[in-house]
Amino acid sequence: MISFSGVCKRYPGGREALHDVTFSIERGEFVFVAGHTGAGKTTLLKLVAALERPSAGAVIVAGQNVGALRPAAVPYLRRNLGLVFQNQKLLYDRSVFDNVMLPLAFGDLPEREAARRARAALEKVGLAGRERANPIELSGGEQQRLAIARAVVNRPAVLLADEPTANLDAAAASAVLELFAAFHRVGVTVLIATHDEGLIARAGHRVLRLAAGRLAA
Amino acid sequence: MRAWLRQHRRAAAAALARMVAHKAATALNLAAIGIALALPAGAYALLESLRAAAAGVSLEPQLAVYLKPEASRAEAEALGARLAKAPSVREVRFVPREQALRELQAVEGLAELAAALETNPLPDAFVVRLRPASGSAEARAAAVEALAGQLRAFPAVAHVQADPLWARRLAALVALGRLAIGLLAALLAFGLIAITFNTIRLQILTQRAEIEVAKLIGATDAFIRRPFLYLGALQGLGGGAVALALVWGVLAALDTAVAELAATYGSQFRLRFLEPADAAAILAFSCFLGWVGALMSVSRHLREMEPT
Repeated sequence: MISFSGVCKRYPGGREALHDVTFSIERGEFVFVAGHTGAGKTTLLKLVAALERPSAGAVIVAGQNVGALRPAAVPYLRRNLGLVFQNQKLLYDRSVFDNVMLPLAFGDLPEREAARRARAALEKVGLAGRERANPIELSGGEQQRLAIARAVVNRPAVLLADEPTANLDAAAASAVLELFAAFHRVGVTVLIATHDEGLIARAGHRVLRLAAGRLAA
Repeated sequence: MRAWLRQHRRAAAAALARMVAHKAATALNLAAIGIALALPAGAYALLESLRAAAAGVSLEPQLAVYLKPEASRAEAEALGARLAKAPSVREVRFVPREQALRELQAVEGLAELAAALETNPLPDAFVVRLRPASGSAEARAAAVEALAGQLRAFPAVAHVQADPLWARRLAALVALGRLAIGLLAALLAFGLIAITFNTIRLQILTQRAEIEVAKLIGATDAFIRRPFLYLGALQGLGGGAVALALVWGVLAALDTAVAELAATYGSQFRLRFLEPADAAAILAFSCFLGWVGALMSVSRHLREMEPT
């Protein structure tokens, strides 16, 4: 589903965030990317979502070479990915429901079907009763769950999350983790970047360990 | 196809909603565009009124042939017959000197002058209308001039006047006016594009977060661009409507005064509002310019807004 071969990423200015990274993730796998701050976790996720392009090597996602993708093809790649960020990037000028509707706006779904899907996604993350609320009224954990609902409403094959539990207390964090596990159980490939070793230990999935931009064995 | 239509309907609705949500800003923008467009549109309406008034006077090639006062009627009839047979001539009208005097008496302000004349000083004359020739303006003028030269060779002919000068001057003035309006319109078209460019830029900046998120979740550039293009086009269209309303209002306010002024000269001259086709063209043009300004703005600023 996702494979890196000999991937380097050098940012303008010369800092090398990733060096010769090679790995492969099968369809339906649940994988953590672990490492300290600045180890290259975020860069790795960005390369998968075509938010950055590799300086060298090949990034293949769902059979497509991301580095060689035309700009016009990038949106169609991203529709197949659900992205969850550390700062959730919610829109505070509209309701919880409209935030989840956003990814469906440019699909081909009729209005009614889209609304049904959005409600289903909100229900899945436990926010069914909060549709009309503004995201600013939600707690940190709820906001993160809302971000997850927005990421999965398009039924993507892959879920990418960057430090999804960083700002949450233990209870909220395990609720979020349980959500990812639930999507994993129905066949979604999940890739989570985190520095939370306790979380990794509890979940017990495969771990890609990054240190100073290199993949540790 | 249905999905495509739905996308456009949503984008247009979003643009309209934005305009309604920012009423004051929208009103100012529409006023700025409307006033900018009202200048050339109003000037054009005035020019068209003038042209309509001048249309009573035929601008097709025409010759006035004045005979010598001592020329006899027989000579005049002979010349008339020759003229009627010439291939380039469409119509010959003989104006005997008595009729010319009567026509002079009928002209406002000149009746007293004519009455004061003891003898009729006017000669017999022919008004010759030519067939509209093809070819360039210069070639046509040369053809008219050649015929005038031939006529001058007749002993009975005193004077040949080709194309009354004032008609040519009016035509030249109208052409000049059109050019000036065209240049003004081009200048203000740039102004309209600039206004739209800036409005859309501000709108893009205020929606920066939304645009970034949309890009992250897989919105195409076309999708992101669409509401802004509708906003620009709608703003242009609204500005065009304001311009038409302004022109209409100003013309209506001036018309009574102009009609009174014209009446003192014995003229029926009235200001005319733009023809429906012209008004529609102005609306379409301003709508198009708004769209162009929005397109330029969006193309330039969306590129700077790649999510990180």
